[in-house]
Amino acid sequence: MAELTPQRLVASFAALAEKMDAERDTLCRLDGVIGDADHGIAMAQGMAAASGAAADLPEGASLQDVFNAAAKAFLNAVGASSGPLYATAFLRAGKAAGPHAAMPLAETPSLIAAMAEGIAARGKAEPGQKTMLDAWAPAAEAARRGDDLVAISAVAHAGAEATAEMIATLGRAARLGERSRGHRDPGAVSAAMIIAVMAESWSRPDGA
Amino acid sequence: MTLTQKLINDGNDTVDEMLAGVMAAHPDHLWRPDHAPRAVIARHGPREGKVALVIGGGSGHEPTFLGFVGKGLADAAAIGNVFASPPPQPVMDAAMAAHGGAGVLFMYGNYAGDVMNFDMAAEMLEMEGIETRTVLTTDDIASAPREARDKRRGVAGNVFIFKAAGAAADLGLPLDEVERIARHANARTYTMGVALSACSLPQTRRPNFDLPAGEMEIGMGIHGEPGIRREALRPADAVTDEIMDAILSEMAAAPGDRVAVLVNSLGSTPLMELYILHARVNARLKAAELEVHRTLVGPYCTSMEMAGASITIMHLDDELQRMIDHPCDCAMFRQG
Repeated sequence: MAELTPQRLVASFAALAEKMDAERDTLCRLDGVIGDADHGIAMAQGMAAASGAAADLPEGASLQDVFNAAAKAFLNAVGASSGPLYATAFLRAGKAAGPHAAMPLAETPSLIAAMAEGIAARGKAEPGQKTMLDAWAPAAEAARRGDDLVAISAVAHAGAEATAEMIATLGRAARLGERSRGHRDPGAVSAAMIIAVMAESWSRPDGA
Repeated sequence: MTLTQKLINDGNDTVDEMLAGVMAAHPDHLWRPDHAPRAVIARHGPREGKVALVIGGGSGHEPTFLGFVGKGLADAAAIGNVFASPPPQPVMDAAMAAHGGAGVLFMYGNYAGDVMNFDMAAEMLEMEGIETRTVLTTDDIASAPREARDKRRGVAGNVFIFKAAGAAADLGLPLDEVERIARHANARTYTMGVALSACSLPQTRRPNFDLPAGEMEIGMGIHGEPGIRREALRPADAVTDEIMDAILSEMAAAPGDRVAVLVNSLGSTPLMELYILHARVNARLKAAELEVHRTLVGPYCTSMEMAGASITIMHLDDELQRMIDHPCDCAMFRQG
């Protein structure tokens, strides 16, 4: 049976770091329109640190160990708002995965749901406020109703695109009010990218 | 697109390299715990029985925040990446190094990231048995309407607000009182700025917003957050009048009231222009029959190389005047 192992999760974080590094300037440009232009830097730094810490774990680390190490490294590398939000997300995912050496791939959507719950709790946000939760919440909902990772990734992407039509009511862009309309939220865009990388990484039964 | 020109080495190392320089330049004022390179502590500030004032936030606003660490002002600062809140660890490190058993007051600008990270640090300190309080600064009157004061950003007015709280702590007042004075100072401090050109992050070296030549943005934030309105650049007096109209209308001072004034550069705007602005600020205050008790002109809260300025007025009363007059000795701000 195809499983998510700690090794495979470490590879997932490496893929996340690579993706955020590649998208750094794009995310900064998006953030420059409605915020302070540093979102891509924070995500690239955070995922690089998370990936590094996950890779440095000794043999025998559990899935929860990998998520916890990633959480701590992301938080301490970044601060900002993405630091506490993603650190909480990874801690919740670690708790959901538990101190085990493997988890069936079919159950990995529950990790996405756990991450979304962590982000909502830490950010005290609700869907519709033009934040990263507008990608995470629909993904979590899809996960809970049993959709597969491909479908989960698709609704996250749609959620991020839909933020263009929203008026920000939370976070730095909230001060813009009506002027935030017409621009996608950079936190939602990076969230959809993260969910896409995880979906890709956890979909292949061969574990490559 | 051409990259902006900066005297830096690796764009990822700017904060740590700046801190190395600051520590080398100001060893009589500042120190860092070996295990906590992003916590900057006042050499002569913290002492037993005194409330510890811990400030902090993203880098790129120097001399805010670390320049205001010193006796009579902040006891410690937690230093974040450029324009990014510090994580909880340096906030905790700063609080642990500075606290003297009488509680810790966190003060920082009202930004979502800072609130989450400082709150996480506060939760962890509580588990260590250290009491913390938090006062967010919200002096930027352009960032939200008057009735939503608690949604406003904290900007250059930090200097006066931190100063008042730091004085209260240095006078040995208890945590409740220091917190009350900090809130009172924040409630009576009003700032508004204007940006003439963008700044750029050292990692990208690209302008962080697009402001066409010949235009200015009224009310822009200190991280380049969009302001109230974008329009053609006008003469200094007209810009000052717009800002002063907004501040005076909200401040509702009576003739004879005293104020403290800060005309602040956002980075690359020179003293010549700041003093031109200040001449008009002073004239407007005189016309309103307000007494200028203290004046600061210079770069106090910057946005790296952004061009532009902000004007802050603190509406004094006897208590705030005493706090503003209290001496302080920081690496980048001294008052006898």
